[in-house]
Amino acid sequence: MRRFAALSFSILALAFLLYGQKNSCIECHQGLEKELQEPVKAVQADVHVQFGLSCQDCHGGNASQADIELAKDKTFRGVPKRDKIPEFCGSCHADSQYIRKYNPRLRVDQLSLYWTSQHGRSLKKGDPKVAVCTDCHGYHGIRPASHPKSMAFPWNIPQTCGRCHADPEYMKPYKIPTNQLAEYKQSVHARALFEKKDLSAPVCNDCHGNHGANPPEVAAVAFVCRQCHPVNGELFSKSPHKKAFDAMGFTECEACHGNHKILEPTDALLGVGKDAICVQCHDAGSKGYQVASQMSQKLAGFLAGFQEAQALLSRAEQQGVEVTDPKFRLQDANTLLIHIRSLSHDLSLGEFEEKISDGEKVVSEVQKAGIAALKEAKFRRTSLVIVTLILFLLAVALFAKIREMRRRSD
Amino acid sequence: MLKNIWDYLDSRLKLSAALEFGRKKKVPEHRYSFWSYFGGICLFLVVIQVLTGVLLLLYYTPSIDAAHESIVFIMSQIRFGWLIRSVHSWTANILIGAIFVHMFSSYFLKAYRPPRELTWVSGFFLLVIFLAFGFSGYLLPWNELSFFATKVGTDIAGVVPLVGKALKAFILGGSQVSGATLTRFFWLHVAILPLFTLGVLGVHLLLVQILGMSKPIGIPDRSVREVSFFPDFLIKDSLGWTLILVLIGVLCVFLPWEVGLKADAFAATPLGIRPEWYFTFMFTTLKLIPSHILTFEGEVLAILAFLVGGIFWLAVPFLDRRAAKEQRGRFFTVAGLVIVLYIAVMTALTYL
Repeated sequence: MRRFAALSFSILALAFLLYGQKNSCIECHQGLEKELQEPVKAVQADVHVQFGLSCQDCHGGNASQADIELAKDKTFRGVPKRDKIPEFCGSCHADSQYIRKYNPRLRVDQLSLYWTSQHGRSLKKGDPKVAVCTDCHGYHGIRPASHPKSMAFPWNIPQTCGRCHADPEYMKPYKIPTNQLAEYKQSVHARALFEKKDLSAPVCNDCHGNHGANPPEVAAVAFVCRQCHPVNGELFSKSPHKKAFDAMGFTECEACHGNHKILEPTDALLGVGKDAICVQCHDAGSKGYQVASQMSQKLAGFLAGFQEAQALLSRAEQQGVEVTDPKFRLQDANTLLIHIRSLSHDLSLGEFEEKISDGEKVVSEVQKAGIAALKEAKFRRTSLVIVTLILFLLAVALFAKIREMRRRSD
Repeated sequence: MLKNIWDYLDSRLKLSAALEFGRKKKVPEHRYSFWSYFGGICLFLVVIQVLTGVLLLLYYTPSIDAAHESIVFIMSQIRFGWLIRSVHSWTANILIGAIFVHMFSSYFLKAYRPPRELTWVSGFFLLVIFLAFGFSGYLLPWNELSFFATKVGTDIAGVVPLVGKALKAFILGGSQVSGATLTRFFWLHVAILPLFTLGVLGVHLLLVQILGMSKPIGIPDRSVREVSFFPDFLIKDSLGWTLILVLIGVLCVFLPWEVGLKADAFAATPLGIRPEWYFTFMFTTLKLIPSHILTFEGEVLAILAFLVGGIFWLAVPFLDRRAAKEQRGRFFTVAGLVIVLYIAVMTALTYL
């Protein structure tokens, strides 16, 4: 009985102690001026706090001590110097044993990658202005990269990188352009990301890397694009351009589509018109010029037929004729159109013409269906006029009969 | 030649006797006679429904894999399939409208008073049957709108106190709108309801023949004259039918009934889903009623109110004692006006 009472008392006492344990860092900082009070609020949303870590796990010290001198004991590390931040974060994040306790799926190579990056190399050389962990992830309020409010979440990354890279004053010593963010915002990728909320759309780190961020090399750019556009990449590799580009040291995709400001490609890019890219290298009369011209003309012809078929079906539908089947068939032509546009990377005129011919057969079939549907609409209207006329005459005759009957009965 | 044919048929079918009956049968004609033609219009539209429905049965397939496809086939591949289906769908809507007009005109002219109480009761059941026709037929094309509208409609049935859940499960053939629901609705639409119609419509027409048409209360005898059913009344009826045919033709050519997108049970409910227009006054009431009135659930109260309203409407001939004594009374006229106004406002609110 005595043993039981002693055990109960011990448990209660321990529970009371644990419950009553205070965090002196928070208690003190709550009472300080705004800048020093800020961490207390921000840290509430921090992923580290959510995993049960506290101030002393990063900054050291003894948070259970109410006295400031005792709290800042010999383990106290305070605010790390800027050039020490990678090692500061890496002391946990590069330690697989430690990280496994909290999130076994989290990578632990960020620090080693960082030292291979342009940022890391410059930091080692003594440049304190380059990005360190806190510049991209924040501090006291760090969220996992999968959190929409995280600075490293896809739709926040352009702004995160742009904070330094779009600041001409900040970037002055490095003599690199600062228009990347502005250009990216005009790109088809930014539209997909910001307007369609497509998180798979590439942002800065998808091409440059994140912890190991570097400017992509000439050869690397094409492989970066191929991650999402493998078909076009393969077609390009088969094309005569591949050899010529390699010989001249041109980047592959970037040479025609640009880098940060990659606009939605239009059919005008192909051919010899004023917006065409081909004429930048191919002079009038050259073989390349002729192929570009032929491809462009054939594509334009196919497109015109496709649009005419679309318009016919749309008119027939407006006139009340059921055109579900030809509309469905037109989707086959649309699939071919996408394929044909891709083939412009291959530059094989034969295959290009073959697919155009396949597409034209489908378009012609749909056009016939559209014309038949419009004829049907006309037939319906004409029939209605004739039937209405007959019914109207019948109504007039019945009305006359009714009047006659009324006269007779009167 | 024609005379020989007539004589042949007459000697076997006694057509002369039928015509003689028609000539002898008298129909009252007065300043409100216009409204009495709506009964004939309803009958004419029912005949169109039967004919077009039978033709649609040739190609329609009642399964979730083929229902929508068969409607697309009828609308696009079958010669005049578009016309048959559009006539069927448009006529169904015009028929419900004509039934409403016929019912309310009979109500306001107090045509239900003795001895025609049972004519009113059979008419009431015909309204219920044709509403059921509309509800069951709406799902048959198995398109997005009909699928979700049926879902909404059966959810309403599920709120009926005590029997709601069982009723909903019975209508749906399960807990959700599915293939079982489509089969049930098809069975209801082409077998059960036509059978009921045959019986109830037969009784309704028989009663009209036996009892004749009523004269409105208070109309002086000198302003009422009697005309023969054949040919006088029938010719006037024919004029109405001809005009209705023109209207149906114009609607079908310029606004053929849509096929819509195939129903997808996993798709999100599209915005603005609502049942057919003749159910919208109930639908909007349920939407607007507060979730709780005192301690009762708003929806349950509304459903109960509609049930009580329906019973009141059915029992009107037995409740209106003044009309039974050929006396004018305001209560039922005002009640009818309130009901018409309520239906009109609630229907309008659905589309605003």
